[in-house]
Amino acid sequence: MADAKNLKIDIMRSFLGRARGLGSVNDGFNFWWMQRLTSIALVPLAVWFIFSVAHLAGAPYAEARAWASGPVHATLLLALIAVVFQHMHLGIQVVAEDYVHTDWIRTTLVLAVKAASLLLALAAVIAVLKLAITG
Amino acid sequence: MTDIRDAQRIGRASDGRLIERPLSGHLSVYINFDMVMSVGHRVTGCAIAVGTIVMVWFLVALASGPAAYDTFSWWMRTPIGYLALFGWSAALWYHYCVGVRHLIWDSGRMYDKHVVERSNLVILAATAVLVVLTWLVVLA
Repeated sequence: MADAKNLKIDIMRSFLGRARGLGSVNDGFNFWWMQRLTSIALVPLAVWFIFSVAHLAGAPYAEARAWASGPVHATLLLALIAVVFQHMHLGIQVVAEDYVHTDWIRTTLVLAVKAASLLLALAAVIAVLKLAITG
Repeated sequence: MTDIRDAQRIGRASDGRLIERPLSGHLSVYINFDMVMSVGHRVTGCAIAVGTIVMVWFLVALASGPAAYDTFSWWMRTPIGYLALFGWSAALWYHYCVGVRHLIWDSGRMYDKHVVERSNLVILAATAVLVVLTWLVVLA
């Protein structure tokens, strides 16, 4: 930072005023809370999904399709997709905001990840719905 | 100084001089196991995010028909596929275990230094067990 001899305060505000100037957290709490809610939801959903696909590994097409298209599994898959991609874009946003210090790169990265999350989630939802409806 | 955050680091000494208040210890001069575990949580989180592409590929291939599913299955059976799936499973279980500890921390528990150090080992052991269990199910 600046040479200690050249220090001066050119912002004429009290310390409290400066702290207030940083703003409230606004939707920061909701961001934090959504990360927790989605992780709680993923505690059972991730276990179910990982062991299900581990069990399905190497299965023929008909068996894999039958697994995914049942109403219970399709419901759980849709829930998993919604929660995973919500958790994912929030998490990557935190990482990007901590380590990427150039404004435009950070903003571009965060928005690109959000767009990719949304598109991946939509593609997965459409796939599951197609499987569930066509059987 | 143009940034409001810099202004907050300026204080006055007892004789009224303006001084720069000291920063907290520089992180680059030391590294410990807790930090490695924490960074690991973030790194695995990003790796799993890339892995979601495989999950979506699986679902889309399933919805697209037998030919698309065969292509997906073929890729998963290549060495690259196995490596990606193994890495994904390891990253997932590690992230899962550290994430559960984060939830416990959020409830205000397990903050004592010796408990954190022990839980680091519990997490690594649990990750190893879960990865082995997952691959036993795969190969069974």
